Amino acid sequence: MSKRIDVKDLNVYYSKFLAVEDVNIGIEAKSVTAFIGPSGCGKSTFLRTLNRMHEVIPGGRVEGEVLLDGDNLYESGVDPVTVRSQIGMVFQRPNPFPTMSIKDNVLAGVKLNGKKISKSDADSLVEKSLRGANLWNEVKDRLDKPGSGLSGGQQQRLCIARTIAVKPQVILMDEPCSALDPISTLAIEDLINELKSEFTVVIVTHNMQQAARVSDRTAFFNIAGTGKPGKLIEYADTATIFSNPSVKATEDYVSGRFG
Amino acid sequence: MSSTATNQAKTTRANGSSKTPQAPLPRKRNSLAKGHLPRFAVLAIAAGALVLGAASSTLTGFSIASFAIYSAIIFVLAGSIITTVVEGPRRGKNALATYLVYGAFLLALIPLASVLFTVLQKGLPGINMHFLFHSMNGVTGAIDNASVENGTPVLGGAYHAVVGTLLITLWATLISVPVGMLTAVYLVEYGKNGPLARAITFFVDVMTGIPSIVAGLFATALFAVLLGPTARMGIVAAVALSVLMIPTVVRSTEEMLKIVPNELREASYALGVRKWRTITKVVIPTAISGIASGVTLAIARVIGETAPILVTAGLANNINANVFGNWMATLPTFIYYQIITPTSPTNIDPSIQRAWAAALLLIVMVMVLNLGARLIASLFAPKKGR
Amino acid sequence: MTSNALRRQGSKGQAGDKIFSGAALGAGILILITLFAVAIFLLIQALPTFTANPALITGGEGFASYIFPIVIGTVIAASIALLIATPVGIAVALFISHYAPRKLAAGLGYVIDLLAAIPSVIYGAWGYLVLAPALVPSYQWLAENMGFIPLFGGPASQTGKTILTAGIVLAVMVLPIITSLSREIFLQTPKLHEEAALALGATRWEMITMSVLPFARPGIISAVMLGLGRALGETMAVALVLSTGGLIPSLIKSGNQTIAAEIALNFPEAFGLRLSELIAAGLVLFVITLAVNLIARAIIARHKEFSGAN
Repeated sequence: MSKRIDVKDLNVYYSKFLAVEDVNIGIEAKSVTAFIGPSGCGKSTFLRTLNRMHEVIPGGRVEGEVLLDGDNLYESGVDPVTVRSQIGMVFQRPNPFPTMSIKDNVLAGVKLNGKKISKSDADSLVEKSLRGANLWNEVKDRLDKPGSGLSGGQQQRLCIARTIAVKPQVILMDEPCSALDPISTLAIEDLINELKSEFTVVIVTHNMQQAARVSDRTAFFNIAGTGKPGKLIEYADTATIFSNPSVKATEDYVSGRFG
Repeated sequence: MSSTATNQAKTTRANGSSKTPQAPLPRKRNSLAKGHLPRFAVLAIAAGALVLGAASSTLTGFSIASFAIYSAIIFVLAGSIITTVVEGPRRGKNALATYLVYGAFLLALIPLASVLFTVLQKGLPGINMHFLFHSMNGVTGAIDNASVENGTPVLGGAYHAVVGTLLITLWATLISVPVGMLTAVYLVEYGKNGPLARAITFFVDVMTGIPSIVAGLFATALFAVLLGPTARMGIVAAVALSVLMIPTVVRSTEEMLKIVPNELREASYALGVRKWRTITKVVIPTAISGIASGVTLAIARVIGETAPILVTAGLANNINANVFGNWMATLPTFIYYQIITPTSPTNIDPSIQRAWAAALLLIVMVMVLNLGARLIASLFAPKKGR
Repeated sequence: MTSNALRRQGSKGQAGDKIFSGAALGAGILILITLFAVAIFLLIQALPTFTANPALITGGEGFASYIFPIVIGTVIAASIALLIATPVGIAVALFISHYAPRKLAAGLGYVIDLLAAIPSVIYGAWGYLVLAPALVPSYQWLAENMGFIPLFGGPASQTGKTILTAGIVLAVMVLPIITSLSREIFLQTPKLHEEAALALGATRWEMITMSVLPFARPGIISAVMLGLGRALGETMAVALVLSTGGLIPSLIKSGNQTIAAEIALNFPEAFGLRLSELIAAGLVLFVITLAVNLIARAIIARHKEFSGAN
């Protein structure tokens, strides 16, 4: 249950402003791919185009193709809602629904769409998703308590459980640990390692050590200056990017001389 | 700012104790406290002002009002003059401003206290089961005259007006809440500050400023064109009240929807949830306590409106539960007519008593709604923290 | 291209999106249409007043001479209300924001809001049955001692049902508006400005005049304008409290009339041309309050742009 993503000649615009230019990238199924780069280089923007979340921001649009196992997300007649149920997303700050219990948060993707689900199916889905997010043991006794009562790291794992419950092919993570303490970060990183056995994972991170620890392949994005579009500079195995990059800018960035 | 205030208090206190005559050794006077009035000086001036106020009030024929006014004037003048002499003109001015600001607050409380006291004092005697559950149907001037002459209880009640108030307000709410909430949803979730959204915002602003009597005329004119010039019934009043209520509902709902974090919307979209389900199942539930309290406040505002009812629902003495036909009474118009055209022109006391009793009923309704709004806001707010 | 699996999944439920956004848009447009339509209907209903023979209009000299005295009466009543409510309202706002103990401030704000919650007809009843009789001695004193000023020309009303009483009741009603808006602005004063003033050794009053009031001036002006809008349109306080009559300079005699009260008092028995007249008067009132409110909002909007408070 996971698919690969291929991006062809993708340009991203906000109104008239070209935010990301000419990206070509192939993201392997059942692997972890990290996007790194300085602030404002467009890596988060690019990530959002992979499940059409950029359309939520007024004026956001793309040119080019994003193929999920060969199916173009942007072909006319494709419903963004279908795309997002196949490609899930975890955000920078944990954002459980404040009005819902832990259980309802996990079931949100199913229930909010008005699908009928039997109680036993719901219970097993909740348990499976929470186990998948390494959270079951911590919350199994308080499934009916509000999700906002958990710690930051637990909330983020709840958000991951919520995403898993929709059974997506791909999980996108936009700096999922930047609001968390080191211990919670470690828990999430462990989880990412386990997730790749079932899902394709794409993670944007500011933290190069994190990219080195969790990812199989790494893409380095850079920007020539403010107001210029972000570009994909180099994309290779993580080991190569960090030990033997082929582009000077990548080497400068990963060795800390820049950014 | 508050720390300066406490510092001042401390220095004055230190100053006060250093002046205590029993102190065995003359303690070193705090140089920071030099040239300050001790705290008890203000109390002394106040006491003096009360005595002088009583005296001058007695000269012109004693009354509580003149006593209070004279004392206040003497206190403010003496207090600021003495402060000016002892502490200098800057502090004198400061003292004057302080007294005036405190005085203004007390002054503002007078009408509030007076209104609440009057309504309670004059309204309570009129509240009884007969008043609550009977209308004015068949109650004539002769009946009022009889009850005054024989000293029997006042007959006739406000039941028809309570029914009218509740029905008209209910219909106004049924019209305003969907229209107001959907408009707010459009403004926040769909309009995105486009030209149409800006036009709607502008006209909602215009509606906010419509005088209530003009809202009544609006509704009358609308129904006059639809149903003929003498169409006066509950639903016309409900439409008039909606004109007053919709802008309040739009405004409060808009504010509440705006403070729902965008992250929640994005989280929902990222789960593959449609926009309308995101709005109805995530955004509105998150904001519902604020919206509900805003709606309750809007109801509290229109339930006491009189002028639009006068020109739309007419005047009735009997119970009419049909908002789509015949004239209807409400509590505010009941109060108004009982005062301005007493049932018995020669014995107005029964009418006045009924008016105050109805006023008490109305104030209780409004206060319950106001408190309810606060309760809703705090009880159903999304749980935060652990 | 039709082999796109994403597309085959279809777009179930998209109808819901369309219906819901359509309903939201519809509600917004409904407001616009209603306001527009009703304004048209109101104009149509008022039209006979302007085309009719001037001799048939109340007063017998046409609409302008009918409406003029009651416009002036409205302005007089609203001016009295503002003259009283503005200083008191601002002082109360200062009291809540800068003088009262922090813990009490929120509660005191709520007490002032209670003033706004009391229905206008109850203020009217209070003014009619409590305030007006209580003011009679003061009016007599004014007429005896200040009678040389036309505003206090005697003989004073024996019932106290004068435009001054109506103005005082209106003042009580607009006070909470002025207070709550001013208080919000006062609380937005940059703390740095206040602390800078205090650090220079300013007294509290100097701090307020140096940093709070200049910052808040546009906000206060617009608060007063919104209060004015309310005072101009308020009906019941005047309809109950004022013993109406022709336009006179004295504030302590029976006389004068406001637009809103004129409509409320005469509408229930009006028909035909009289009805049109009253609706036309309502239009005039609407235009006046609209202008006042728009000016107030324009001031607020400009202020927001510059203050960076949002």
